[in-house]
Amino acid sequence: MNFWNDPLKVAAVWLEGIFTGWGMDAVLAHVLVVFLGVFLLITILMVLDIFLVWIERKVVARFQDRIGPNRLGPYGLMQPFADIIKLIIKEDTTPDGADKVVYNLAPILSMMSVLILWAIVPLAPVMLGVDLNVGVLFLIAAGAIGTLSIIMAGWSSNNKFAMIGGFRQVAVMVAFEVPMLTMLMIPTMFAGSMDMNVIIQSQNIWYFILSPLGALIFLIAAIAELGRAPFDLAEGESELVAGFNIEYSGMKFGMFYAGELLHAFTFGGFWAILFFGGYRFLGLEQVSPFLAILILVIKAMIGYWVIMWVKYTMMRIRIDQMLGFNWKFLTPLSFALLLMTALMNTLLRGADVWLYITGMFLSNVVVGWIALEIARAAAGKERKRIEGPKKAVEAHH
Amino acid sequence: MTGEQIIFLIVALSTLGSALMVVTTRNLIHAALWLVSTLFAVAVIYTLLNAGFLAVVQVVVYIGAIAILFIFAVMLTRKDLRDSGPQMNPNWWLGALLAGMVFAGLAFLLQGWNGLSKTAADLPSGFDAVSLLGDKLTSPNAYVLPFEVASVLLLAALVGAVYIAFNKK
Repeated sequence: MNFWNDPLKVAAVWLEGIFTGWGMDAVLAHVLVVFLGVFLLITILMVLDIFLVWIERKVVARFQDRIGPNRLGPYGLMQPFADIIKLIIKEDTTPDGADKVVYNLAPILSMMSVLILWAIVPLAPVMLGVDLNVGVLFLIAAGAIGTLSIIMAGWSSNNKFAMIGGFRQVAVMVAFEVPMLTMLMIPTMFAGSMDMNVIIQSQNIWYFILSPLGALIFLIAAIAELGRAPFDLAEGESELVAGFNIEYSGMKFGMFYAGELLHAFTFGGFWAILFFGGYRFLGLEQVSPFLAILILVIKAMIGYWVIMWVKYTMMRIRIDQMLGFNWKFLTPLSFALLLMTALMNTLLRGADVWLYITGMFLSNVVVGWIALEIARAAAGKERKRIEGPKKAVEAHH
Repeated sequence: MTGEQIIFLIVALSTLGSALMVVTTRNLIHAALWLVSTLFAVAVIYTLLNAGFLAVVQVVVYIGAIAILFIFAVMLTRKDLRDSGPQMNPNWWLGALLAGMVFAGLAFLLQGWNGLSKTAADLPSGFDAVSLLGDKLTSPNAYVLPFEVASVLLLAALVGAVYIAFNKK
């Protein structure tokens, strides 16, 4: 056991040795070391979060044919620090009639619901917070706390815009939890476990290849869960000014903003873990845990980039379109896909690997194609219903 | 006292404290948020009992769905979120008496039980409670019938909700 093969374990043993050397109780030393590990992880994530602001601003600038921040520091890298200083020295306002405790608790809960997700992220084969055997469900449970934080922010601000924004966001999150949970069952089914590390270890073939449609639906549900375009109707600048966080200023707003960015990056990471093999890439993860972390971060960044790509090229949809899309299209489709995947997985279990891969892939294509045909027929009917009378009026003139 | 016992005492006290706040606070939204805190503390107790699956399901179902539904119902139906009526009904003494008697009865029954001073044995390594639970729920020799009956009941409730909300033209 040396530092390059298992850095966390070596560091923990070393630190515990120092603490017990000072005459500390062994159990207390262990608790302290674990606490320090959590503190270190959160610190790294928050520092990463600062640079995510820069990445987000640069990427949106490129999508909109601009350069983005480029004045402060090389490539504008110091810009987020200037932003932070600005946020910190801003006046900290609390609106009249706000429910102070709930109002101040909401941004903290929002950030917490994102950070807590990293407890189950396997950074490398030997580096992970907890090896939870219900990791997949934990993802949804953390989302529940996020939902709660948004409804708390919306209600406690004593502002009608915030309230409407909060309601909308919760409607989106509760609705898209259903297809997301259904799609989380697909990697669970392939791996035979809800443990994130086991899911990664069993991906000799990326689950994206076995279930491309599942990966796509998971991405859509994740974008909705994040409240990003095209599902950003909770913010809806043209109608609601800023939505649920309208009354927040300074660093409290910063918590929501930073939480959203880190959440997007985190979901990019979970997309990579569940469907793209996580830290695994051509056996490189066996060389060093540091290489494994690098692979995971690169894959998570690619996922994050896809989420940004969708955000900055799509327009916002209305709430009735969102609800119709989820409950009438995405939810039945995800149920059908889950049934189809379970059936094919059982039928092809003993078959040749290539037959298995082809069968799974083709079954996904068939389900997706049938769903699109049904959607097209329904859309055609709807169009006829709306445009029909209009044409008659025109013919009359 | 071991660390686990200290954690249990803290969690149990916060469960009881938040449960008390649920019934005593005047603001209905605050009551719902205290309820969330109670449910979360119960989830922590499940974790202390090595029932990770139940703990996560507790958070997903009770906080993620039921508590949010409570908050929605309160926000959408009440104009004034403060409850102004009396907090007790005339039968409060009967309820207190019953609760006291149940507590006394349980305390009496548990007096002779030696499980209180025991510590739980460690689970054998490789013990997978989740797959065991899954097997039991879907095995014909175990609980597949109650499981299916419960799901049919929930489906009937769903259909009923849709029927009531359905706008007949």
